Amino acid sequence: MDTKNPDEARPVLEGPDIARVMTRIAHEIVERAKGADDVVLLGIPTRGVFLARRLAAKLQEITGRAIPVGSLDITMYRDDLRMKPARAIGRTDIPVDGVDGRLVVLVDDVLFSGRTIRAALDALGDIGRPRAVQLAVLVDRGHRELPIRADYVGKNLPTSLRETVKVQLAEEDGRDAVLLGIPGAANSAPATGEQ
Amino acid sequence: MMRHLISAADLTRDDAVLILDTAEEMARVADRPIKKLPTLRGRTVVNLFFEDSTRTRISFEAAEKRLSADVINFTAKGSSVSKGESLKDTAQTLEAMGVDAVVIRHGASGAPYRLATSGWIDAAVINAGDGTHQHPTQALLDAFTMRRRLIGRDTGLGQDLTGRRVTVVGDILHSRVARSNVDLLHTLGAEVTLVAPPTLLPIGVGEWPCEVSYDLDRVLPKTDAVMMLRVQRERMNAAFFPTEREYSRRYGLDGERMARMPGDAIVMHPGPMVRGMEITAEVADSDRCTVLEQVTNGVSIRMAVLYLLLGGNESEAAHQAQAGTHSPRSEHSASTASEEK
Repeated sequence: MDTKNPDEARPVLEGPDIARVMTRIAHEIVERAKGADDVVLLGIPTRGVFLARRLAAKLQEITGRAIPVGSLDITMYRDDLRMKPARAIGRTDIPVDGVDGRLVVLVDDVLFSGRTIRAALDALGDIGRPRAVQLAVLVDRGHRELPIRADYVGKNLPTSLRETVKVQLAEEDGRDAVLLGIPGAANSAPATGEQ
Repeated sequence: MMRHLISAADLTRDDAVLILDTAEEMARVADRPIKKLPTLRGRTVVNLFFEDSTRTRISFEAAEKRLSADVINFTAKGSSVSKGESLKDTAQTLEAMGVDAVVIRHGASGAPYRLATSGWIDAAVINAGDGTHQHPTQALLDAFTMRRRLIGRDTGLGQDLTGRRVTVVGDILHSRVARSNVDLLHTLGAEVTLVAPPTLLPIGVGEWPCEVSYDLDRVLPKTDAVMMLRVQRERMNAAFFPTEREYSRRYGLDGERMARMPGDAIVMHPGPMVRGMEITAEVADSDRCTVLEQVTNGVSIRMAVLYLLLGGNESEAAHQAQAGTHSPRSEHSASTASEEK
């Protein structure tokens, strides 16, 4: 049996791969939204926000227009709040023109159970009424617990529940990588990454 | 974060900054079309007020409702307390009803501490003012107001009040607001000076982590924020000072005195103000006066405190036991990316 330490996690995507998939997602958004005229990107803290900013930069390169980008913290909307110690709240920043009537693309690093996205939809509903909501994720690792799927996926990564997926981004972690690991028996709670 | 909020002195610098930062995010909720969060849905909070207080009770009630908690208001007047029921019996009744948090205001210093430590009740206890002892959420909202005005709404995030000079003027002897502020502002690194007639200073004030002065005019030019306390007319006959007029002349804040403060210094008051006594109408209505901002900020601070005390404590003990040495503090600093998705 593989009993690797999470520190020895195997990279499945590295810097150039991540840049490439973000470019592809940006093109897919432009294609589906027919020009991205009314697109608003909302990243889910922490790493979703960095990815949303990168996507906005790519979209600007492609369309020549500045794309509004913000962040949507979902902490207060989680369904497991009472099961864990109170956690620090992240930043919610909605672009000045709001989200009413716009196409909102939620951006996150990993899609797993789907509960974060459910919370994000609730949070979004309290902020305004978008024309439509789409979801872009860097990695979809499966194991959904809710009927939610992403519109744009950087990489589908079939995993077992024992495995951890850890996303590192230069803005937060000093380098870009997606790491797949298996926590050792002595360390069942991974320090970061997916649980 | 601790389980109860009894005294501003119990807060560490990190706890206090976490509350102020959380309140900053809570304040954004007030700018939205739907001013409500589902965070405390299904939780019951009791406002247990043994002493009259409209301002504080409404502020807590607004905070609880914005977080979707079920709110029960209990005032001693007309309740079983006026028939002689003890605090213990009231607490046990609330416990039997399954309340999750008790916001208590009591005339006796120490009543919230007793409630939190006696084992009568399992709920989180928040002190909303006890006797002349403490009023921690007032101190927090004052610090929040100072940080916003003196440092800035966004630039203040994560910051304390190191090096800021705060002057508290008036009836220090009877003021839980002054006590709470001295404790919290000291923790946050501010320099506090108390200014009052000697008769309105408590015994042992020399041991407090602050300066004491009898001369307001000398302190004002070196002040970033001056906090005027209400002079209670009911104390007028107790010979704490000769006449209302004399008090106003020496310790009241008028336009002329305010002009001696640095240009960006602010005037604070916990309310209710007695215009013409400790503060003139000119000062109270000036844009340096933050009284109404303090009221608005009070709701954000109380939302932050309720969230941090109640947001996730149901099985905290079980969670900690499961995670071994994993402390809730490290959870605060962990990014949401590390959470279940």
